[in-house]
Amino acid sequence: MTELMETATEDASAATGTTGAANRTRTTDTTGAANRTRTMDTTRTMDTTDTTGTAGISTRGLTVGYRMRRASGRRRERAVLRELDLTARAGELTVLLGPNGAGKSTLLRTLCGLQPPLAGSVRIGGLDIAGQSPAALARRLAVVLTDRVDAGLLSARELVALGRHPHTGFTGRLSDADHTAVEWALDAVAAGHLGDRPAAELSDGERQRVLTARALAQEPAAVLLDEPTAFLDVPSRVALTVLLRDLARSRGLTVVVSTHDLELALRVADAVWLVDRSLRVHAGAPEDLIARGAVAAAFDAEHLAFDAASGSFGLRRPARATVAMDAPPALRPLLERALAREDLATGDGDTLVTAGSDGTLTVRGRGRTVRTRSFQELTREVRTW
Amino acid sequence: MTAVTDTSPTAREPVPEPARGPARRRLLAVGALAAGTAALFVLTIAVGSYHVPVGEVVRVLFGDDGADPRWAVIVHEVRLPRALTAVAVGAALAVAGVQMQTLFRNALADPFSLGVSSGASMGVAAVVVTTGGVAGSFTGDLAGLGRIGVIVAAALGAACVLALVLTLSRWVRSAVTLLVIGVMIGSAATALVSVALVYARPERAQQFVIWGLGSFSATTWPDLAVMLPVIGAGLLTALLTAKRLNALLLGEDYARTMGLNVRRTRDLALLGTSLLAGAATAFCGPVAFLGLAVPHLTRVALGTSDHRALIPASMLAGAFLALACALLSRPPGLDAVLPLNAITSLFGAPVVIAFLVRSRRGLQGVTP
Repeated sequence: MTELMETATEDASAATGTTGAANRTRTTDTTGAANRTRTMDTTRTMDTTDTTGTAGISTRGLTVGYRMRRASGRRRERAVLRELDLTARAGELTVLLGPNGAGKSTLLRTLCGLQPPLAGSVRIGGLDIAGQSPAALARRLAVVLTDRVDAGLLSARELVALGRHPHTGFTGRLSDADHTAVEWALDAVAAGHLGDRPAAELSDGERQRVLTARALAQEPAAVLLDEPTAFLDVPSRVALTVLLRDLARSRGLTVVVSTHDLELALRVADAVWLVDRSLRVHAGAPEDLIARGAVAAAFDAEHLAFDAASGSFGLRRPARATVAMDAPPALRPLLERALAREDLATGDGDTLVTAGSDGTLTVRGRGRTVRTRSFQELTREVRTW
Repeated sequence: MTAVTDTSPTAREPVPEPARGPARRRLLAVGALAAGTAALFVLTIAVGSYHVPVGEVVRVLFGDDGADPRWAVIVHEVRLPRALTAVAVGAALAVAGVQMQTLFRNALADPFSLGVSSGASMGVAAVVVTTGGVAGSFTGDLAGLGRIGVIVAAALGAACVLALVLTLSRWVRSAVTLLVIGVMIGSAATALVSVALVYARPERAQQFVIWGLGSFSATTWPDLAVMLPVIGAGLLTALLTAKRLNALLLGEDYARTMGLNVRRTRDLALLGTSLLAGAATAFCGPVAFLGLAVPHLTRVALGTSDHRALIPASMLAGAFLALACALLSRPPGLDAVLPLNAITSLFGAPVVIAFLVRSRRGLQGVTP
């Protein structure tokens, strides 16, 4: 208990009993801990979001990677990400972004203690995870992994109840408090109605919600999720991501999610850890990273360009011609998109595309005038020009 | 500090024991199994080359002398040890199968399919060659220490194979591939046994072959005095690891993040499984398929993979099926006794095939 007392207010309530974690609240940081975070970006003036207390997850000089044993018997270390000083605050959704192979899973597995760091430390609520027993750590940190789980014949409720493992006694019998926590977790992910369904028969989206509920049933201070939206359709992705942010806010949880869903993440995340191609990690609010050009630097490719103004990606192709455009403001973005797909830039040009108020789209140029009634007809028409 | 009271666990009404339906189904299934096991137990004692009326069996079991003094002798000296052996070995193999299926995350794992029984045979063969006796079939030759020696050797042989397969399973993700590896290891162990038997006396080798066909009939009270405590210890170990095995249902990584000491759990399950498979094999030979089929049938009957229900119910179901096999091995109107493995294979092999055909996941090797 004494070690708990040294931590932030959030964790003091966790020490009051098994349901204490659920009473965790958002508090403003009063501990006044120094800003430990050095980001690896040079524009340090942008780092206002990284000032945190001891709540949440923080890393100090963390190097993650693999230890390999060579045939010669000598150990060799292969570091993937080096010298990370990152912080994920309680009450915030932190999203980990980066191209494939950038070490996102390695970082997450190290944060949750599944593999040891090559150097440095990970702290959760101010305590180094290396010094904690697996059971103690399990009461502070829960995960949703990429492993496809197949729990055999378990109902969704039984699967969620597995999360009570670090709280139950020797026999694993669930007390009333355990049952309450399980129902709460199911409700928290809006899966209360799924409780009696066999876990094996859930859809991908339902299963991810139930697995998230299992993590919540552990009543942790922090939840790490490795690509939870990977197999989901777009509505389920949005629903789960928004759900995670709401849980972070309302429960004071520290939530760290890795994802490939860039545009959604940049819209919803409170903070972003962005791994770029040179395996440096940038931290900050999405807008900070966009403003610094870090997002474009990490993801721009031959045919892909990040547009800072819209926060979305567009096609980047050399324009084969420039056309003039005359359209009401509401139709302009759509018209630009349609023309861009045909490798046409908008601006001054001999050809003029006009969008009429009657819904017609007219192309004039080269002594011809063609009226079309849809974008489909328009794009097929200009393709031949 | 302002608690978010509306959704917090403490603020909600304690939920009454959820899932009444499933709970009743489990109770019904366990009750039916218990009643069936008791009935078959009595029936197994009654049936044989010399028929004892069922009513007399019950009287004798409850300490009465019975109408005919010969019946009491038959029941006490022959039939009761056989029935008790079937119950103990059935429960042992079933629970060993449950533990292995969860440990390997492989629906087709059991002591027989992964070569653990062959490993136990190897241990038994080593004892046969060096001292010249097999428990059960050769009790006349074996003093108490010899019996313990056979069990220890069988359990060690089982543990060796189990540890080997467990190590290999770290690299082999496919359930079917692991099964093939198990069969290969089993073949290798059987080959070693054949080589060893060359050095045994011919009549010993022949007895060993008969022992290998499997039988519940060869055990005597002194055998039981050794076998029952060992199997009891194995079953107890399994019951005590039920919560840990549940955590393993989602895989080792999840188990670790739920605070489970995976290595210790694996060691405990390995110890328990070796004791169970070793003791069962030492006295009854390598019995096929019981350990594989019973856990699946029990899961379906209970409607859950929760080990806290699955392990006790598997004990009952294992005892039930073993008794049924013991009965079937003595077809009515025939004096001959069919080899136990013929019976278990005849109903076990279709279970495996049905499972493989029905489960696409089984074919792709995704578990369990």
